[in-house]
Amino acid sequence: MDYATLLQVLDSSIRLATPLLLACLAGLYSERAGVFDIGLEGKMLIAAMTSASVAAIYGSVWLGLVAGVLASMAFALIHGVASITFRGNQLISGVALNFVAAGITVLIAQHLFGQGGRTPSLEGAARFLPIDLPLAGAFASVPVVGTLYAEVISGHSLLVYAAALLVPLTAFVLYRTRYGLRLRAVGENPASVDTAGVSVRNLRYSAVLITGVLCGLAGVYLACALQAGFGRDMTAGRGYIALAALIFAKWRPWHALWACLLFGFFQALALRPDVVETVTFMKVPVPFLDALPYMLTVIVLAGLVGKAIPPRAGGEPYVKER
Amino acid sequence: MTKLPKWADLALVPIISLVLAALCAALVLLAIGQDPLAALAVMVNGALGSASGWGYTLYYATSFIFTGLAVTVAFHGGLFNIGGEGQALLGGLGVALACLFIPWPHWSLALIGAAVLGMAFGGAWAAVPAYLQAKRGSHIVITTIMFNYIAAALMVYLLVDFLRPPGSMDPASARFAAELSLPKFHDMPFLQDFLLKYDPEGAVKLTKDGLPQYQRVPANITFFIALACAYLVWLLMWHTRLGYEIRAFGKQEKAANYAGISSFKITMTAMMISGALSGLMAINNVMGQSERLLQNSAEGAGFIGIAVALMGRNHPVGVILAAVLFGFLYQGGAALGMNTTIPVELRTVLQGLVILFTGALNMMVAQMLGWFFRPRAQTRKGGA
Amino acid sequence: MADPAFAIELKGISKAFGPVQANKDINIAVPKGTIHGIIGENGAGKSTLMSILYGFYKADAGEIFINGRLTAIPDSQAAIRAGIGMVFQHFKLVQNFTVLENIILGAEDGPLLNTSLAKARKALADLSREYELDVDPDALVEDLSVGHQQRVEILKALYRQADILILDEPTGVLTPAEADHLFRILRGLKEQGKTVIIITHKLREIMEATDNVSVMRRGTMVGHVSTDETSPEALAEMMVGRKVLLHVDKGDAHAGETVLKVEDLRVRDDARVERLKGVSFELRAGEILGIAGVAGNGQSELLAALGGIQRATGKVTLKGADLPLSGAGANGRARRDAGIGHIPEDRQTLGLIMDFTAWENIAFGYHNEPKYQKNALVMDNAAIRADTEAKMATFDVRPPIPTLPAKSFSGGNQQKIVVAREMESDPDVLLIGQPTRGVDIGAIEFIHKQIIALRDAGKAILLVSVELDEIMSLSDRIAVMFDGRLMGFRDPASTNERELGLLMAGITGEAA
Repeated sequence: MDYATLLQVLDSSIRLATPLLLACLAGLYSERAGVFDIGLEGKMLIAAMTSASVAAIYGSVWLGLVAGVLASMAFALIHGVASITFRGNQLISGVALNFVAAGITVLIAQHLFGQGGRTPSLEGAARFLPIDLPLAGAFASVPVVGTLYAEVISGHSLLVYAAALLVPLTAFVLYRTRYGLRLRAVGENPASVDTAGVSVRNLRYSAVLITGVLCGLAGVYLACALQAGFGRDMTAGRGYIALAALIFAKWRPWHALWACLLFGFFQALALRPDVVETVTFMKVPVPFLDALPYMLTVIVLAGLVGKAIPPRAGGEPYVKER
Repeated sequence: MTKLPKWADLALVPIISLVLAALCAALVLLAIGQDPLAALAVMVNGALGSASGWGYTLYYATSFIFTGLAVTVAFHGGLFNIGGEGQALLGGLGVALACLFIPWPHWSLALIGAAVLGMAFGGAWAAVPAYLQAKRGSHIVITTIMFNYIAAALMVYLLVDFLRPPGSMDPASARFAAELSLPKFHDMPFLQDFLLKYDPEGAVKLTKDGLPQYQRVPANITFFIALACAYLVWLLMWHTRLGYEIRAFGKQEKAANYAGISSFKITMTAMMISGALSGLMAINNVMGQSERLLQNSAEGAGFIGIAVALMGRNHPVGVILAAVLFGFLYQGGAALGMNTTIPVELRTVLQGLVILFTGALNMMVAQMLGWFFRPRAQTRKGGA
Repeated sequence: MADPAFAIELKGISKAFGPVQANKDINIAVPKGTIHGIIGENGAGKSTLMSILYGFYKADAGEIFINGRLTAIPDSQAAIRAGIGMVFQHFKLVQNFTVLENIILGAEDGPLLNTSLAKARKALADLSREYELDVDPDALVEDLSVGHQQRVEILKALYRQADILILDEPTGVLTPAEADHLFRILRGLKEQGKTVIIITHKLREIMEATDNVSVMRRGTMVGHVSTDETSPEALAEMMVGRKVLLHVDKGDAHAGETVLKVEDLRVRDDARVERLKGVSFELRAGEILGIAGVAGNGQSELLAALGGIQRATGKVTLKGADLPLSGAGANGRARRDAGIGHIPEDRQTLGLIMDFTAWENIAFGYHNEPKYQKNALVMDNAAIRADTEAKMATFDVRPPIPTLPAKSFSGGNQQKIVVAREMESDPDVLLIGQPTRGVDIGAIEFIHKQIIALRDAGKAILLVSVELDEIMSLSDRIAVMFDGRLMGFRDPASTNERELGLLMAGITGEAA
């Protein structure tokens, strides 16, 4: 494999890692606050459909972005009502919302566009376009480092850089702010927050809504940047892979970045069976490459990374006790 | 919170949940400019309005009984098995291998062989996540979801590279031998009388040989096997030591340890029984209906099992009732897809809503019913 | 109008949970700058009352006056603003946070942590000096001893400028020495003009630490007395409502042969910390060996290892036969087959499946018994139900309805179900952990009599309890457990609470 191909694969890794990273950080807020969310998938899907539809109709990706995020937040709110207010089973709520999203996206897209549940192809201002970072052109001729900068680091859509910035931002919020302290506390021992006179409910709702916003961005990225439009089930399990990355990262933001880049790299490999073949000297079946991220997720979950201890109060609705 | 009478808790809560789910779906339909009542009429007519409609409804219900029971058994063991879909796909592989490569003298023997292999494959596919949960603490919900995706990829690989007959473009296996065809409802005495074809004058249509003609339906003998499985699951859960241990483990894992119940053994057996039941579903759809292995043979039935189990309150009788209900939704949804502009995905929405209301918002539903029951409960106390 | 000389005055507080009246028309007045005890049995309504004061529950009726002013306390925030600090029985700390982080949680100065942490660090240093409350501000709470965690809770309250400090069962998890240190801290607070309320069911600490005491019984306030003018006996009588039988009627033990021999038993927990550090003893037929000690000194691990629930090393022989301590043969079922019954310390998480019916619970652990099977495959549920009815009659379980779920029974009746199951299985050795925790007085007497009767029937009994009275009155021999070791054996006739108390603190007779 030559350097140019490697750059292509890395470039593609970053593109594919971005939705995972956004969804993974989304899950981080919710789960750190003690609310498990396996409905990342559904929120991404509803956001993808909504944003692509609005962008297609109004020709503005920014309107699409707002609409997509709002749709995702609406689903997050339902999850919050079920798991915080009504103390329901958080896993089941997540699964249920994934099904609702899978169905309703097709229903609406079909109603709006009549193209078998797809949205029309997005073009121009209806889509996030690649941004060239400063001096990318100038560096492109510098061997190795310059090409890496120009080919891999530069030339992505705005949301890719936003996702990257969200990592230090999340780390800062989590470890250096009052909100982060309370968020972590409520996921570990909600009674400590409650007896300190801070509302467990409000904290958890706020975390769940942040999850909605970030999942929304992930979905918007899928439909309006990575691809040009919405197609049924276009998330293809990314919500679950993001969850696995979150566990892999042991619920820490910087680790989440590395985990998502790794999974993005595997997804990129799955798209390039030729590269895999030249490197491994074997003909690798395409379905195997398709299944690779899922298999790796299982391997990761099987504890090759040491024991991942989730937030102690995760999955448990908070009930005041005497 | 007011405590509900037992009958209300058992029957009313699922029914109210269903009504709420239906209302939400109706709102969705209104939002996309469709008439919910007209849609309901199409569904009822398509699924229940004729004997052949019932033939389809019960065919789907058969699959859902299997997957619903599968989820139920795991649920009692405190395990949320979302992997029914993948386990059913693997069960289909087992059934197909049994039917394709073993020269069975009679369909009944083939059915037994296919059932055994289907259960074995489904059970084995569930065994891996179970092992990882029991030994490594890997979250079974996520591993079973991953195994669904892996199963789907595996099926594509096997169908395209191995099982596809030469020259075929379809990612599907060859047809099973005709002798292995299972008896359908239209082949069975008594049941077939409901499926007689009539000509416009109201006389029974006859074939060239003078035999009566029947409408062909996919519902088949495995429906009765599904009912038998429901009975066996009931027996297992409430009348055997294993069932007792599964339930005790599912309720309080620590206490089960105190009683000498092995968490490893229970996790493995509960999940393998669950996987075997999902795998057994394939005798209905693969052997009973398509008679060859298709790429997406399970068609989401594994997921519907979750809704069926929740709706059926994790009891075999409830599972049967809920499975028939979802059979209706499935066949009715197909009728919608065929006769209206409403996409069949409405089924997925309804399925999700039912899971949401029965599994996650059950407290809300019970609270709503509580308000309803409160005045009566108080008068009773006051009178006593 | 209320008197401003009282830090707290409650008038006519009532609170019901469904049909249960937890507090009924409670009146209490706590003078400023005093240490006030509220004593009562488990379930007397003490904790509910304090939870109302801390804004956790809303009272159905009644008024709260703080420093003479009528104050509404709708939530914990309001309680904190009113100057109330609470140290709960189960600490409300975040285990993987540092002490400082725990202290500022909810009392931060701004959206960023840096300034809050710096300010708290300084305040903490001052408070530590003032009240003998030294803890390392940067230590993780999970690494601290229970006594230090409690200090963090007190510091949390003081950091929030609490003038009134409420402590709920503060000594349940402390050694006598740690408890003494706590009382010194509390007296220091009192000297600074703070008001302290201690909720407890232990007479000793009421007598030792308080100025005044209020007694609760079954949701009502039965009286207020000055501590100087009362005695433990008088308080006990007020708590229970009649003269308490402090000693159980029992004849002499007729100890027979050694049934259970334990040598160098060791247990490590999941974090590889050694919890049981080489315990050896012999247990003979027809005797009760009582294990006293402060909770958390290895008693739970001892029961768990002998009961087959926890992996251990060492050597245990039952009637001459080796018992496996790890691997396949070390589980609850194998122990029962071998003849060891086990009444676990925590009936609600171990002894019973709370959602199962009474009859299902009677079979719990014994569900493989031949008498409960119809044939090789199917259990005989009718036989279990019949057996349950018989056991419920013998052990006076109320209501005697086998089909009722365990969670519908009261604590005492739940315990009787466990006791019935384990005693009627006719074991050679019975392990008993905290037999009367959370059990009403009537049931306590009943269970004590059953234990004596079992001893007189020639069974070997290992009794673990944190209630010294219980150990003293039931045991034929007493061993005190401290820090995973047995501190020697004592004869209940010749020892006393003081000697045992020293042993519980790890101080042996020779050293003291």
